[in-house]
Amino acid sequence: MKAENQDLPLETMDLQMGPSHPATHGTIKFNLKLDGEKVLDCDVEVGYLHRGFDKSCEQATWTQVIPYTDRLNYASPLINNVGYALAVEKLIGVETPPRCQYIRVIVSELSRIFDHLTCCGMSCSELGAITVGFYMIEARELIMRIMENLTGARLTVTYVRIGGLKHDLVHDFAEQVAQAFKTIRKLLTDCDHLLSRNRIFIDRMSNVGVISQETALNYSLTGPILRATGVNYDVRKAFPYLVYDQMDFAVPLGGKGDNYDRFVCRMQEIEQSMRIVEQALEKLPVGPVWIDDPRFVLPEKEKVYNSIEGLMHHFKIIMEGIHVPAGETYLAVEGGNGELGFYLVSDGGGRPYRIRVRPPCFIAMGAFHEMIKGYMVADIVPTFGMINMIGGECDR
Amino acid sequence: MSDANPRISYIREKLGSKVLEIHQAQGDDVLLVDRSGLRASFLVLKTDTQLGYDFLSDITAVDYWQKKEPRFEVVYQILSVMNHQRLRIRVPVPESDPTVESLTPLWRGANFLEREVWDLFGIRFIDHPDLRRILLYDEFQGFPLRKDYPVNLWQPRVPEREVAGTFVDERSHNKLLRLKKSLGSKI
Repeated sequence: MKAENQDLPLETMDLQMGPSHPATHGTIKFNLKLDGEKVLDCDVEVGYLHRGFDKSCEQATWTQVIPYTDRLNYASPLINNVGYALAVEKLIGVETPPRCQYIRVIVSELSRIFDHLTCCGMSCSELGAITVGFYMIEARELIMRIMENLTGARLTVTYVRIGGLKHDLVHDFAEQVAQAFKTIRKLLTDCDHLLSRNRIFIDRMSNVGVISQETALNYSLTGPILRATGVNYDVRKAFPYLVYDQMDFAVPLGGKGDNYDRFVCRMQEIEQSMRIVEQALEKLPVGPVWIDDPRFVLPEKEKVYNSIEGLMHHFKIIMEGIHVPAGETYLAVEGGNGELGFYLVSDGGGRPYRIRVRPPCFIAMGAFHEMIKGYMVADIVPTFGMINMIGGECDR
Repeated sequence: MSDANPRISYIREKLGSKVLEIHQAQGDDVLLVDRSGLRASFLVLKTDTQLGYDFLSDITAVDYWQKKEPRFEVVYQILSVMNHQRLRIRVPVPESDPTVESLTPLWRGANFLEREVWDLFGIRFIDHPDLRRILLYDEFQGFPLRKDYPVNLWQPRVPEREVAGTFVDERSHNKLLRLKKSLGSKI
């Protein structure tokens, strides 16, 4: 028996996983170097969904960029909208009215719940916990219905505008949210019962894809992956934007930095996000949702149809775009997967000179080989799942 | 030029003549830093106990074609996770020699970000361990985010790549040969 073992070939094997592998949801390729089933090295190939986001934005007016941002992280389009609008407002130097800020917080948090449910649900069903996957998709559907009622679209929402919102909340929004949250909490408790003491699940997730605190910081990781290692860095707390400083919420932290910690962080963040939404709905002030500045705000339709000034005003904003003063700025918001930053450069015209998005999952993919080195091929599935790579954002 | 902020004047003291300009833009601290000895400058910012900018948030570039001289600017966003301070560092890079020192020895996360800047802007990073295109394919001609790259430019067709070690089905090969013959070796 021993002599036979010595005759086994010792050379490593190259394996190409993806670009359209069932586990690589989103198109991405791993060039693996294997010793048996053990991963020795992994070279990540991204870019299959590259569509020139930056270049397209340079052709559009500042307002026309908003639909493009929907398609970045399509699991949380509203956070992208909010981040972009905030960055442009920072460059202009205006602040939206309180009601608008509260609504932006609400929709951002709903999006975050949606993002985490997508990530956790998909990962669970890949690990064989199909029931949990369906429960989470049901919960996600409830959030999606709220968004659909509010924005008129399920995925490509385009709800936020520079200097305001497309429109105010729908009249029964609070009741819809309360009802949905009740069901979601029940579903998540069920998921918790199914998973948290499930041997198969814990074996697949725990102590897999471990990354240390120093390595995570060195690789610029953010979001749940960084917080799972125990670093308390959340953009909402570190650099508060909107009205997050008035909200009472905790930042869930992990300890080991493995997949199980990431999963737990995400699940706890869902609960925290629900708390934020409830607080914001309670505190929601009355008032306008638009800034009072005709340079950036479209006139009312009544004026556009009935007066020449209104029509010209409308025409100029639509055709030339709003004029953003020359300069550059960087603003980061906490996206579902981490710090989602927008770096804008304006030359004073109606079109952006340069728009750069800091994509959290692109940067996380840069550290993927570090997470998977020394583990099995099968461990790629949960590790990749917990990064929640979204092709639209990673490849832009 | 506002040196009112003690942190900023401290940085100026530490980096000396490497700092070309300091200003504030919408409340953000912005530094223009000379590209010679860039890694040493970043090392100071990262390791100095008073500054502690230990986290590299983002690297990107801007092309100021026919607007500014030097033409490119590489933009770094760094932050201190402990002190919650952000700093933006802009490094002017001339068109004649578009090279910058790589930051991968300091932050391994710079690897992907610098590859992306090389891919889209054609700015080379000296000492980068693996400077390949990342979002685009190897045969792509030109650098699309440069302002002199037209938005509607078409790229030439790329012949089928021979990948070492991959299994090629003979039948598909024959099909390709026939196709090549019928098209007169246009592909």
